Amino acid sequence: MSACDSCHGCGTTSLAELPVPPEALGAGARTVALVGPPNSGKSTLFNRLTGLRQKVANFPGVTVEQHTGIAELPGGRAVRVIDLPGIYSLTPRTEDEQVAYDVLTGRRSDTPKPEAILLVLDSTNLGRHLMLAAPILALGVPTLVILNMADDLRSREGHVDVAALSAQLGAPVALISARQGEGVNQVFEFLSGALAKPSPLELPVLQDVPKCRAWAGRVGERAGYQSPAPPEWTRRLDSFFLHPVIGPIVFALVVLGVFETLFTAAVPLMNGVDWLFKVSGAWLGTTLPASGFRSLVVDGVWKGVGSVVVFLPQVLLLFLFIGILEDSGYLARAALIADRTMAKVGLQGRSFIPLLSAHACAVPAILATRTIENKRDRMATILVAPFMTCPARLQVYTLIIAAFVPERALFGVFSSRAAALLGLYLLGFTAAVATAKALKSSVLKSGKTQFMLEMPSYRWPTLQSLGLRLLDRSKVFLQRAGTVILLVMVILWGLSNVPRHGGQAPPIEQSVAGQIGHLMEPAIRPMGFNWKIGIGLVTSLAARETIVGTLGEIYGMDPETQKDGLQQALRRDMPIGSAVALLIFFAFAMQCISTIAVVRRETGGWKWPALQFAYMSVLAYAGAFLAFHLIH
Amino acid sequence: MLQLSGNKDSQEVEGTLVDLRRGDAAILDRIDLPGDEARRLMELGFLPGARITAGFSAPGGDPRVFQVDGSEIALRRETARRLRTRPINKRKR
Repeated sequence: MSACDSCHGCGTTSLAELPVPPEALGAGARTVALVGPPNSGKSTLFNRLTGLRQKVANFPGVTVEQHTGIAELPGGRAVRVIDLPGIYSLTPRTEDEQVAYDVLTGRRSDTPKPEAILLVLDSTNLGRHLMLAAPILALGVPTLVILNMADDLRSREGHVDVAALSAQLGAPVALISARQGEGVNQVFEFLSGALAKPSPLELPVLQDVPKCRAWAGRVGERAGYQSPAPPEWTRRLDSFFLHPVIGPIVFALVVLGVFETLFTAAVPLMNGVDWLFKVSGAWLGTTLPASGFRSLVVDGVWKGVGSVVVFLPQVLLLFLFIGILEDSGYLARAALIADRTMAKVGLQGRSFIPLLSAHACAVPAILATRTIENKRDRMATILVAPFMTCPARLQVYTLIIAAFVPERALFGVFSSRAAALLGLYLLGFTAAVATAKALKSSVLKSGKTQFMLEMPSYRWPTLQSLGLRLLDRSKVFLQRAGTVILLVMVILWGLSNVPRHGGQAPPIEQSVAGQIGHLMEPAIRPMGFNWKIGIGLVTSLAARETIVGTLGEIYGMDPETQKDGLQQALRRDMPIGSAVALLIFFAFAMQCISTIAVVRRETGGWKWPALQFAYMSVLAYAGAFLAFHLIH
Repeated sequence: MLQLSGNKDSQEVEGTLVDLRRGDAAILDRIDLPGDEARRLMELGFLPGARITAGFSAPGGDPRVFQVDGSEIALRRETARRLRTRPINKRKR
């Protein structure tokens, strides 16, 4: 940083320097970084520039995510765009700022030093946002200063003289609206043109925030910046969404609406997917010649993968909701309303969305914790999210409840089965809350953390941004179905078909899978489980719902067509104590390879997922043990 | 400050952000927080001398949104308590 302060003078000379001719950089080799404060519309511009040609990964060794994409310039050349995390300053204090600083100064060996910077600022809040321009321009890297949200600035009667600002900053300035695509061509022009180092007329002492702010104010003033009128619509909407009475009601309706849609509106779509798999499976069954291969494809692969892909509509709907809530600006309000309640268990407002999402799937929920700035709060949220009842658990619950709980009306209104299901939801929720409380008052204790949450203006979500999110989610989801689940199904099929006797598959009890189950029996006997459940527990390590298919296969029946048969078989084979123990086991256990993998990625190592897995397994074992012995 | 000055002494009404009701405004005087946290608040616009207006809040008044330097930032009560204010000086015209 001090090096930048001392290069004050060099700014005046760099205008005279000849810029590096772009041809010398080689076509397609140019890397540019997108930098800006949170809520500056950086991601919208990133989507505009790169469209479908982007990918998300983590910077190695840290939990900061790295979005990279390819922007195609007019004339066919391509540029690699890195979307850096949203930052307020370049002083490396948080991990996000450290990564941004390291990338911009070329200190990360995994990322080439950007040859140019696209600095995105909110033109409606230029006074404050211009503060970030000081440390960025001081880097001496060719920079385009992008004033985003030009449409907002105009409609709220603000004004800025782009040419004057450009003269002040000694760098090109573009006034654009990334949402509407207005002026985005200027970004492409900058990227394909000759790059010159910035030469600002003056720069403040970078470490001094008040001086930086004063500098930003001066520069804005000289550029004729007129801040826009207050966002009238945002105030009006807030007087509704943050109303002391109406606000919480709307909040509750939003949460209920999300759940309602996930569990009712998604059903026809899920049935549709299910039907597709059944019909195509039957077609495969009749088309392929009768052989071991047919059995593998139809019973192993198709059914297994189908049982997971069924959940795709539900997961996509959830992400559509979250996308709309986030892009519109309501999510920040929801976090505000939820903050006090979450604070009671030691979490905070921002933990609310991940925990809500975890009811659809823990994997995206854990990814959603990235918005939690406080590392300890984030860690606690990650660690408790897998307790929430996901649809995979729901499948297991449905099977066991249908088999063991007689359908009866409670108090004339509730059905006994719905009550049992609700109880299991509450069980998971309670475990999460208790764990959060325990974590936050011990290893993850964070006394003096401050909660600061910026309320963005309300905006209409764009179809492009929502579409890109859903596409990205589908890709991740189908990848999982096509790899982990597929593999488990093939292995299970293999293990239950060897050793072969005279070309015939052995009875399940004598197969390798059956022997593994028997081997496990002493360990799971205290919970009231037999060897068949044991095999189910092993396969469900990959994904909980696999146990349904596994038990179906083991009990020698097709779970799809003869579900009643499987229920009867379970009733005959298991006492009620074992059934309750099984439910409790599934409520607590972390049987999901994808979740373990994503926790490892997000926490940057094996320590946390290992602890989490051990903790949840112990809880599951103890809970199931107690339940079995109390009821037995 | 203890001299006779004819107008109500500003000391009397000095307070913190917590004291502001919705629509009230005050000038930020200082931030009683450790360096890093104060710095983050300053980057968000909470600079000494800045005019801060209290806005809407979550039910129960905590956290509350504050309008400062063109943005709206929500702070918990425990944070707002550390931001000391003085009244807007009305002597200047």
